[in-house]
Amino acid sequence: MKLVKNAAVAEDGWTTVADDENLPEGGAVIVSLARFKAERDTLVGRNAPLGLRLKSNEPPATVAEDLERFSVIALEFPIFRDGRAYSHATQLRQRFGFEGEIRAVGDVLWDQLLNMIRCGIDAFEVDDDFPLDAFDEAPKLFSNYYQPAAVGGPSIFEKRHGA
Amino acid sequence: MYRYDEFDQAAVNERVAQFRGQVARRLQGQITEDQFKPLRLMNGLYLQLHAYMLRVAIPYGTLSARQMHMLAHVARKYDKGYGHFTTRQNIQYNWPRLVDTPDILADLATVEMHGIQTSGNCIRNVTSDPFAGVAKDEIEDPRPWCEIFRQWSTFHPEFSYLPRKFKIAVTAAEHDRAAIKLHDIGIRVVKNAEGETGFEFWVGGGMGRTPIIAKKLKDFVAKADLLDYATACLRVYNELGRRDNIYKARIKILIHEMGLAKYAELVEAEFQRIRGTVALPDAEIARIQAYFAPPAYESLPATSTAFEAKKFEDRGFRDFVRTNLHPHKVPGYAIVSISLKAPGVAPGDISADQMDLVADLAETYSLGELRATHEQNLVLPNVKLDDVYTVWQQLRDAGLGTANIGLLSDIICCPGLDYCDLANARSIPLAKEIQDRFADLERQHKVGELKIKMSGCINACGHHHVGHIGVLGVDKHGKELYQLQLGGSATEDASLGDLTGAGFPPEKLVDAVETVIETYLRLRTGEAEAFLDCYRRVGMAPFKAALYEAR
Amino acid sequence: MKVLTANRLADGAVVYLAVGSSWVGDLAHAALADTPEAEAALTAAAAAAVKARLVVGAYLMPVVLEGDVPRPVSVRERIRAAGPSNRTDLGKQAEATLP
Repeated sequence: MKLVKNAAVAEDGWTTVADDENLPEGGAVIVSLARFKAERDTLVGRNAPLGLRLKSNEPPATVAEDLERFSVIALEFPIFRDGRAYSHATQLRQRFGFEGEIRAVGDVLWDQLLNMIRCGIDAFEVDDDFPLDAFDEAPKLFSNYYQPAAVGGPSIFEKRHGA
Repeated sequence: MYRYDEFDQAAVNERVAQFRGQVARRLQGQITEDQFKPLRLMNGLYLQLHAYMLRVAIPYGTLSARQMHMLAHVARKYDKGYGHFTTRQNIQYNWPRLVDTPDILADLATVEMHGIQTSGNCIRNVTSDPFAGVAKDEIEDPRPWCEIFRQWSTFHPEFSYLPRKFKIAVTAAEHDRAAIKLHDIGIRVVKNAEGETGFEFWVGGGMGRTPIIAKKLKDFVAKADLLDYATACLRVYNELGRRDNIYKARIKILIHEMGLAKYAELVEAEFQRIRGTVALPDAEIARIQAYFAPPAYESLPATSTAFEAKKFEDRGFRDFVRTNLHPHKVPGYAIVSISLKAPGVAPGDISADQMDLVADLAETYSLGELRATHEQNLVLPNVKLDDVYTVWQQLRDAGLGTANIGLLSDIICCPGLDYCDLANARSIPLAKEIQDRFADLERQHKVGELKIKMSGCINACGHHHVGHIGVLGVDKHGKELYQLQLGGSATEDASLGDLTGAGFPPEKLVDAVETVIETYLRLRTGEAEAFLDCYRRVGMAPFKAALYEAR
Repeated sequence: MKVLTANRLADGAVVYLAVGSSWVGDLAHAALADTPEAEAALTAAAAAAVKARLVVGAYLMPVVLEGDVPRPVSVRERIRAAGPSNRTDLGKQAEATLP
């Protein structure tokens, strides 16, 4: 697997720790929501960056008060057709003002990248042989959009009238 | 009608390029069929029994003469010379090749047409009243709101992978000709006490395996809130709709399971949080509405002596006027319906030559505009009474003059097992048998208004649940069998049909339909009591007795 | 008795797997399988063809032999082999050259 940000392979400074694995001594870790709930004090007390991994049936609203603790939130796409994380990413950006990294993990495919980007996802965990061309193509597919992006920018409706 | 600006045109052109790339990657093996399927569906491309099928969008059922000419061109160049109008105001082609589809979409884009989101788990074509803009009984033209929805829903990044398809219909008339109560979201354009336009939202209607009539969600959503409120509705559905079972994934099931009150509460909470997020400037509403301003109608007397004279002279014309004309809000004009239910032709089918003729008639006699109805017919919405006779003559000569709108031979019928991969039974040949049995026009008039709707499987694309007489084809031990339902309705008085009992083999179905009709004729209080009213008065018992007691 | 059928990827046409792993439009030329081993062989060949992007949606389909000629068992497959029953001028039934 590789991590792609800004259309290029990026160093992944994060370790995703499985629920049954011991937490490493220090270092940036991503944990599941279940683990966060079970070991909140420990995790929050660690003097290291913390990330959260949400399943597709775990809306960010369930951790609303703790969102500021996370520098990265990984959103699972168990199958590319499960579109719940698009709403979760949108809510993280718009409703909760989350400014950290939102990372798509799971069944992340070429043809959904643009939707992910428009919903506020800015990092992508993909197979090693995933073509980077896809990331170059995505933002160029459409010159304008009918909807506002989760991260802002005028829609076609607004652009028509001087935005 | 709406015309694309450079933003709209770029969007469809870029979509064609995107799909061309997707097809290329599919053919090269960079994506699997499982990964490709939702992408092709979101451009309207199905794989059916004999071939691919392409569903082209006709937004809210409005199209121009130029667009109809292009639909004819596509039928000739890429298909087998005909198309099929559907129960969602779209058109389908039954024989395109995958490798040609990008070119088909490119050709369509030159006339502002596309197959965008006519399938897939996304927001589908927003449908409306085929008489929008010209009906006497409407508050205002619903189509600008449909066009706003169309644009807002196009390539919506958050709502392209919903639990299931999402269908929206909009009406602005007292009499609902858009079947809004059988849609995931149905909208009635209303005015509040201050005379301001707003929207009454209905939610959770649909047919298929589990037919349900929509429930009222909100009495009044203000114009400025329309897209924010719709976003809230979709977001709650996207979050909570079932994804474990495709037969329970529609919003109607979510509402049934959680209750309307809970859904309304969640939507209202989300709406209050996001109000103002989706900017819909008044200037944009005005810009779009301007496209739907009434065309330059002439000042004509309410009656036309030429029209009246021809009615008197010509029996065939008189028959046509009896059923295929509806009153227009402008004096001296008429709404002319073109029946695509000629004897021997699959309901909704039309040849390329016929499409060109209809386009020419629209250009010359209907101010350039046509409509497609969810009953699989076409409409010329702006014909001067003076011109109706010459329009009819040309329609008649092209096999498009069938005088049966609203009569029992005006059957809604899905393609069924003759075409569709999902079907369990054929539907088209049974529709033909019914039409043949009741070929006599006077007999049809004696029966009066009777909507027969036929589906070849439980997915109910033929809307059988809401037919006055509904027919559902099933597979029983490898043989086709047909169930009858009575008393359905798709209008503002929406109701679901009741099953009569055991199904009928194909050779007995038409007899059964005839028995139902004869029973109605026997029981009705008089000619003024239509089939649906009679059924609602007397109930199923006498029909059941007539159908089964002889056995 | 079974044959293996699919749709051609490029144009959606109904095809049947013939002897030698080629794909034909005419059911009369389809390879017949009457043992589990034969069925498995057809299935494997079809899987390879799906992978090679020749066909999609491949599956085994029951037939009965009328003389030497395989005929589909189900209404659906009879229609699929022939064309729409309301338009005998369309589909394979219109292309048939055999009597």
